[in-house]
Amino acid sequence: MSVDYDAIVVGAGPAGSAAAIALARSGRSVALIERGPFPGSKNMYGGVVYGRILDGIVPNWWEEAPIQRWVTRRATMMMTDTQALTVDFRTAAWGAPPYNGATAYRPDFDQWLATHATAAGAELICSTTVTGVLRDGNRVVGVRTDRPDGELTARTVIACDGVNSFVAKEAGLYGEVEAHHYTVGVKETIRLGRDVIDQRFGLRGLDGADFEIVGCTNGIPGGGFLYTNLDTVAVGVVLELPSLAKQDRRPEQILAGLKSHPAIAPFLEGGEIGEYSAHVIPEGGLAMMPELVGDGLLVAGDAAAMCLAAGIWLEGVNFAIASGHAAGLATADALRRGDTSAAGLSGYRRRLETTFVLADHRKLAGAPELMMSPRMQRAYPQVACNTAERLFTVENPRPKTGLNAIVRSELKAAGVKVADLGRDALRGLRSFG
Amino acid sequence: MSEYQEIGFEQRMALVDFRVSERAHITVDGDACRGCTTQGCVVACPANLFVPTSDGGILFNYEQCFECGTCYLVCNTEGAITWTYPEGGHGVVFALS
Repeated sequence: MSVDYDAIVVGAGPAGSAAAIALARSGRSVALIERGPFPGSKNMYGGVVYGRILDGIVPNWWEEAPIQRWVTRRATMMMTDTQALTVDFRTAAWGAPPYNGATAYRPDFDQWLATHATAAGAELICSTTVTGVLRDGNRVVGVRTDRPDGELTARTVIACDGVNSFVAKEAGLYGEVEAHHYTVGVKETIRLGRDVIDQRFGLRGLDGADFEIVGCTNGIPGGGFLYTNLDTVAVGVVLELPSLAKQDRRPEQILAGLKSHPAIAPFLEGGEIGEYSAHVIPEGGLAMMPELVGDGLLVAGDAAAMCLAAGIWLEGVNFAIASGHAAGLATADALRRGDTSAAGLSGYRRRLETTFVLADHRKLAGAPELMMSPRMQRAYPQVACNTAERLFTVENPRPKTGLNAIVRSELKAAGVKVADLGRDALRGLRSFG
Repeated sequence: MSEYQEIGFEQRMALVDFRVSERAHITVDGDACRGCTTQGCVVACPANLFVPTSDGGILFNYEQCFECGTCYLVCNTEGAITWTYPEGGHGVVFALS
């Protein structure tokens, strides 16, 4: 059968570019189709890129990738309306090669990664929306686009079309979509100037800070973040969809609440919003993942719900790159053997099982539910903050209260039973231990 | 140093580059919305594109859409919101995100 390409990759985000890189480097003809005017133009996040996965794809990537700052300060903040308790970690190790995490603007970063796909020989086709899949029986044999005469055929289609993945849904890889597995992230990029950021966050050179926040979402399961780019900061909230839809504060109002918090406002004073952005995030982990392989079809990145939203770990771009690259390699193997049926492409799942992509998701399968529970979201931040406040408030002439007595009374005030605490600790230990 | 000022919603949206297509990529079935008691799209859409009307329906705008997916995911009424991606090259174009 004559086809236009060995493979068509839908979406030139991190997953799609990584898939196209693997295929093009194997000498395969590959079309990388992007609906935006350039790769990354539709993409936002909130937002650290963990680069280790790039080592094997673009050696010394840190010398050329368009990053903003290297994260050397990682803080986790538990918040109530008026208090904040922060675990603030810094290390010089993350500020030197091979680095750990970086902040970046996705329109820059995604465009850069796509240049490695085109350099390897992939054909990047922008401003082209895939409107459906072409089938021969159950087998996917290409895509329909919104270009005139826009049908393109291929031996394999790799769906990297993001969290809404119309390709994976149309092909029947998703079961029923459950809204509680999704959050919406809303973010403001605020112009402050490089020197002001360095001073306020205690940074030098290209060192950067990333704060992850719990307890700042008005009771809606989710969280917040604040991180530094070179001369802007990004501040945002992530909100579970059904809970957001059930109350009466709009996303930008909830974000305004975080921005005016006494622990956050001083960082932002005098800044001007440069851009406001939003996107849905697949946070359900393993519980929401679709079938990863069909006849002639693979799905990777957010399209396969590969985002890891596990409280202390919030990662997505690295999972997208790893799954996209694995999909490209598995497709190259299948093409070599001349079998791109679901069975022929099943090497994809095996590759994911043997790397962090599915290993982390398996280990942390219970984490999203635990992190989104009312106790994690509200009660524990309140207990932690009130305990700290009472511990450090000097009430002379009254003698000090012991920590144990403070914690017990705060747990009681927050309505947390010791048995609940034990259960949550055990669940946490099972996930994170 | 000046206090941090919240800007109005229109100003906020004016900061974002939208390359508006002539074709609406969102359609809303007004009859279905009139029977909907929750209308979660109104509060949840980060671009505030859904506005309730006095007769219980929904007025919507597709032009300043982030293409995020929130509206159809929170919609309780099967088929009330039909949502596809805009034509290639159109819609939101981020720069600093």
